[in-house]
Amino acid sequence: MLGARAGIGSGRGVPLFLDFFYKLRERGLKVSAHNWLSLLDALGRGLHESSLDGFYAVARCILVNDEGDYDGFDLAFAETFRGVVTSLEHMADQLDEWLRDPKQLMHIDPALRELIEAAGGIEELRRQLLERLAEQKGRHEGGNRWVGTGGTSAFGQGGVNPAGVRMGGKGGGRSALAVADARRFRELRKDLVLDTRQMGTALRRLRRLKRKGVIEELDIDGTVDETARNCGDLEIVMRPPRKNDVRMILLLDVGGSMDPHAELVSRMFSAASQHGGFKELESYYFHNCVYSKVYEDAAFTKPVPIDQIVRKTDSNWYLVMVGDAWMHPGELLMTSSSFWSLEPAPSGLRCLAKLADHFPRAAWINPEPKRLWEAPTISEIGRLFEMFPLSLDGIGDMVEHMRAPPRPVRRARIGQVLREGE
Amino acid sequence: MRRFSSSERYIVSEELGKAVDVAVAIGRPLLIKGEPGTGKTLLAVDLAKQLGMPLVRWQVKSTTKAVEGLYQYDTVKRLHDSRFGDGDVGDIGKYIELGPLGRSFAEDHQSVVLIDEVDKADLEFPNDLLHELDAMSFTIPETGEVIEAKRRPIVVITSNNEKELPDAFLRRCVFHWIAFPERDLMAQIVAVHHPDVEEQLLAGAIEAFYRLRRIDGLRKPPSTSELIDWIAALRHADMDPAKLLGAGLPFLGVLLKKEQDVTLAERGGQRSGRH
Repeated sequence: MLGARAGIGSGRGVPLFLDFFYKLRERGLKVSAHNWLSLLDALGRGLHESSLDGFYAVARCILVNDEGDYDGFDLAFAETFRGVVTSLEHMADQLDEWLRDPKQLMHIDPALRELIEAAGGIEELRRQLLERLAEQKGRHEGGNRWVGTGGTSAFGQGGVNPAGVRMGGKGGGRSALAVADARRFRELRKDLVLDTRQMGTALRRLRRLKRKGVIEELDIDGTVDETARNCGDLEIVMRPPRKNDVRMILLLDVGGSMDPHAELVSRMFSAASQHGGFKELESYYFHNCVYSKVYEDAAFTKPVPIDQIVRKTDSNWYLVMVGDAWMHPGELLMTSSSFWSLEPAPSGLRCLAKLADHFPRAAWINPEPKRLWEAPTISEIGRLFEMFPLSLDGIGDMVEHMRAPPRPVRRARIGQVLREGE
Repeated sequence: MRRFSSSERYIVSEELGKAVDVAVAIGRPLLIKGEPGTGKTLLAVDLAKQLGMPLVRWQVKSTTKAVEGLYQYDTVKRLHDSRFGDGDVGDIGKYIELGPLGRSFAEDHQSVVLIDEVDKADLEFPNDLLHELDAMSFTIPETGEVIEAKRRPIVVITSNNEKELPDAFLRRCVFHWIAFPERDLMAQIVAVHHPDVEEQLLAGAIEAFYRLRRIDGLRKPPSTSELIDWIAALRHADMDPAKLLGAGLPFLGVLLKKEQDVTLAERGGQRSGRH
C-alpha cells in the first residue's frame, strides 16, 4: 500500500524532486498535496514532453497560484536544478529511460485514485505526506519510501536530467534555467503577513442584514399567506432584498510611533473598504490622540470637528479606532486643543469618552503587542474602549465584541470621565 | 497530445500554451490573471475555436450569485401561470432554466465555459462554486434533479485581480498570469489584428506606446487593446509615422482614458524616470 514502491529506478530522481519541494516551501510557496498530486497526474500524462523547459512550465502553472509567487518559484527552480547536470550524470540512462517512456507512469492514475481512497481521503493522505516529508528531511537517500503512491516514479520523472534530455530550444532558445534565472517576476512579490482578503472576511461577519432599497424579490411566504387570505386568488407580495446595513467609522492614528505599523494599518483599511461590504464607511485620521478635531486626510489639512461627526451619525454606527494609544500621559489629560496650543479645550481623554459614549458599538485596534498594553495611556484608553490586537484573531474577537451589548463597567467609566471634565 | 498554440487570431506565449494544455489534460479549471487588455477573454474564445467546441460565456457582475450559473427557478412565472396561464404548473421543471454552467453540463457535446471576471462578484462567490467545479455535477433542490456533466467542460476563469480569491479555490485551478507582452510579442499581436499595417507605422506606434507606458504615475497605463484601436485610428487618418516620434501624440484619447493621464502625457512625461 503506502509503503509499496512502483516503477523502475525510482530512487535516484526522488531526492532532487523532494529538494525542489523543500526549496519551494522555503520560498514561502504553499504547495499543497492536492497540487502535488495534480503535478504527478500531469507528468504522468507526459505533458512536460520530457524536457526541463516543459517541466518548468507544467510545474509552475500547477504549483503556483499567485503571480506574487512566480519569483519564489523561479528562485527555487534555479537553485534545485542548477549544478544538477554534473551530479546527475551517472543516472542519466535510468532517467532517460523513464522520460522516453511515459507509459511506465500511466499506471499511476487509477492506482493513485485507489490509494487516495484507501488512505482515507485526500486530507489523510496530505497528513501522511507531510509526516513523511518531515521524516525524510535532510536524508537524501531511500527516497522510495516517499508516499508510495506510485508517485515515486513520477518524482523521478520530474527530476529531469538536463544532461540526458534535449533542453528544448523553443521560446527564443532560452532554457528553463535561464528563464528562471532571469527573475522576470521579481516585482510581483508580495511577502504579505496578513492578507487583505482574510481580514475582509473577518470584518464581514460584522454584518447586519436588513431589507432595504428597491423592491425586487418575491416574498414566497407572504405571497402564500396573502393568497390564502384572498380566497385562493393570487396575491403576489414583493420585498426588497437583504443588504448589509452596517455603517462604520474608522479613526486611524498615523505618523510618529505608528509609522512601523503603517503597512498593516493600510491593509486593514483596504480590507474594510473593499471587502467589508458596509453600507457606509467613513474614515478619519488623527495623530497620537483624538482632540476636538480629526482629519479627513492623512496629511492633516482638512479638519473635521468630532462634534460634527457625532451630530451626523447615530448610535447605530460602529466606531473602530486604530492606534497604538501610546503617548505622553500629558497628551491624554491636558486641556488644550493640541499639545502646542494654550487655548483651553476638552482633554484627549474626554474627547475619546465622548466618542465612546456616542457609539456604544466601538472598539480599539492596537497594533502593538499585548505585553505593552500595561503602559499608562494604553490601559487608560483601554478602560474606555475594548482593545484588540491587529491580527486576524484580534479582528475576529473585535467583531464578536461589537455584536454584543456594551458592558456596564465600561459605560460607568465613560460616564465618570465625562462628568469629571465638567 | 493536442497542443494549444498561436492561431491567426490569437498569439500565445509558450508558457500560456502549456498551461492550457495542462488544464485541458488534467481536467482542472484554468485561471487566467493579468492586466486588463492582455487578452484573457480572447483566450477562451480562441481555445473554443481551436478545439471546435461551442463557447458558453458567463459574464460575472457584482450582483451575480453562484447558483445563477447553474440554474434559475422562475417562481413568478409559475405563479402567474397558475393564475392566468394554461398548462401544468405542477411541473416545476418547466420553470427551471439552466444557467451557463448548468447548460454546459447538460449538453451532449463538450464545451468551453468562460467564467469572465470572477473577481467582480461577491467574496464568497468562488467558494460557492468549489463543489460544482470539482464534481461537475449539482442538484436542483426544487425538483430533486441531478445535473451531471456528460462531458466535463473545459473551464476558463479570468480575473482582473480586483479581489483576492480564496485559497481553496486557487488550489483547484491551473494558474497562469499573463505578463504584459514585450515588444516582439506585441508586434506579433498587432499584426494579427492589422495584418497589412505599414512597417514604419507599426514600429513607430509600438515605440510611442511603450514610451507612454513608461511614464510614472499613470493611473491607467494603455493596454494591448488600446494600442490596437490606436493603430486603427492612425491608419484611418493616414498618419505620418514621423509624427509619432516626439511629444504630442495624435489621438491620445484612444490610449489614455483618464484626464489626469492625458495631462501628464501631454507634459511630455517629464517625470518619466526609467528608460
